[in-house]
Amino acid sequence: MERWKSRIGVILAVAGSAVGVGNFLRFPGQVVANGGGSFMIPYFAALLLLGLPLCWAEWIMGRSGGEHNFHSCPAIMYKLGKSNLWKYIGAIGVLIPMAIMMYYIVIETWCLVYAVKYLFGQIDLGSSPEQYMINSKNLFATIAGTTNDGFHTEGKINITFALLIVIFSINFYLVYNGLTRGIEKFCTYAMPLMGLCAIIVLFRILTLGTPDPNIPEQNVINGLGYMWNPKPLDNDSPWWTALLNPQVWMSAAGQIFFTLSVGLGVIINYASYLSNKDDVVLSGLTATATNEFFEVCLGGLITVTAAFIFLGASGSQGGVFSLGFHTLPVVFMHMPAGSFFGFIWFFMLFLAAITSSISMLQPSIAFLEETANIKRKGSISILGIICGLGSLFVIYFSKDLKALDTLDFWAGTTAIYLLAMSQIILFGWVYGVDRGLEEAKHGALINLPSWFGFVIKYVSSLYLLTVFVLWAYNNLPGYITTLLKGGVPLFSVCILAGLYLFIVTLINNGQKYWSEKTSNPEDYNI
Amino acid sequence: MTLAGWIFLLASNLFVIGLLAFCFYKCFSSAQSADSIHSPLDIDTRDEEK
Repeated sequence: MERWKSRIGVILAVAGSAVGVGNFLRFPGQVVANGGGSFMIPYFAALLLLGLPLCWAEWIMGRSGGEHNFHSCPAIMYKLGKSNLWKYIGAIGVLIPMAIMMYYIVIETWCLVYAVKYLFGQIDLGSSPEQYMINSKNLFATIAGTTNDGFHTEGKINITFALLIVIFSINFYLVYNGLTRGIEKFCTYAMPLMGLCAIIVLFRILTLGTPDPNIPEQNVINGLGYMWNPKPLDNDSPWWTALLNPQVWMSAAGQIFFTLSVGLGVIINYASYLSNKDDVVLSGLTATATNEFFEVCLGGLITVTAAFIFLGASGSQGGVFSLGFHTLPVVFMHMPAGSFFGFIWFFMLFLAAITSSISMLQPSIAFLEETANIKRKGSISILGIICGLGSLFVIYFSKDLKALDTLDFWAGTTAIYLLAMSQIILFGWVYGVDRGLEEAKHGALINLPSWFGFVIKYVSSLYLLTVFVLWAYNNLPGYITTLLKGGVPLFSVCILAGLYLFIVTLINNGQKYWSEKTSNPEDYNI
Repeated sequence: MTLAGWIFLLASNLFVIGLLAFCFYKCFSSAQSADSIHSPLDIDTRDEEK
């Protein structure tokens, strides 16, 4: 039976899955746009009332499923829920990581392309600082191919395409080596290295002082202040009025929800490789705390501060891609030894991305092994073909990143909300909180807080439902309208629907293998 | 940077660092060693085709 080798290994693997480019690029943007430092109040409230309880629920359900030799989300949810409905809901837990892998590996490739270009001194944004931002946007458009569709080979080797193949091979090689010799071993080295890279960049940023004496207000302290000073959403009110805005609370809950990688089908799968004697409470908390360290203590001090010092307030705002791939290359152009720190920064983002992308493969591999009754080599081959074709689709239809954006919206956001809500209902109302609390005690190195049962059953479910309804109200109509126009977005959703049908077909076909694995075959309606 | 900004910065960072330190201290000081939770004989990676 496949098992984790060490507790630190599983903690770093789960933390590696959670720490991604969003920790360094999405979180700072959310803080600046939602009240500065005051954003941390709804942020930590969401951590305690939504993120952490859901995280623990996934760890507990995953280990419980693993005790019965099940490692895939559909099988575990079916085992715990004892109804056919749960296996079809659990199928989303295979679809999500499979679909995210298709586009996340493309983002991972961009990070490595930038790192390689910095390493070989190939990032040139011109000689005039006024042209830096325009050239930086053009560089990203060239690397990501956002101006038109196609592979952009133009008679020569496209570095993005070439590195995509390399990264794809590395991901599958690591996973092929198995849970302990592949994922666990890699994360044990990659996570500390990522932390070291981030600390090097942080040290450089915090020691910049006032780089341009002609603009004394653009200094480190004011950069930190731009990020952390509490401020209202409009300029005329006291700072605490930001906390009265529901959008701020929704943004905080959304940030916590996505940063912890809950509702992806990854934690439930990883926890299934623990034995009944292994702790899940402290491990879950430690993985969460590690993710928060990368997000708050590193991401929260580096990105916006660096952008403010060189570009001022106007250059310190933006989304993930804008801040990461437009703004930061300009920052490194201004910074002394910018090529070196640019390399360190983008290599760190690459490590953050690859520790997340390898975690997207294991749930699908476990699923294929369980339902198609094939070994690792066979399941990796099938998964490689599916994800490879999906990645080619994303990289080909790159104009305005439409394929990537559509897959991210439906699989990387909507489906995650649905699966997380299903998992809360399963844990809180079907499997039962009392049973879950008993299960958590096995091997526990710390006790679950006494409020956990009440919170997961009532508060987390209501919290998540409210956030989802508000989010759907704001975003769904626009995406549905885009979908109805056809083209790449409709094609992307058809791919997701086809994948879901493929997964459901495998479940129906492979359920007979589940009964062979369980010690209680009568639990199953075979 | 305002006083409130410093308070939010320090409180957030100290909370996270404190939590992380507590967790790793508990992990490494527990009776179950953090380095090994399974003996090598328990591990079957299923990597090899039969």
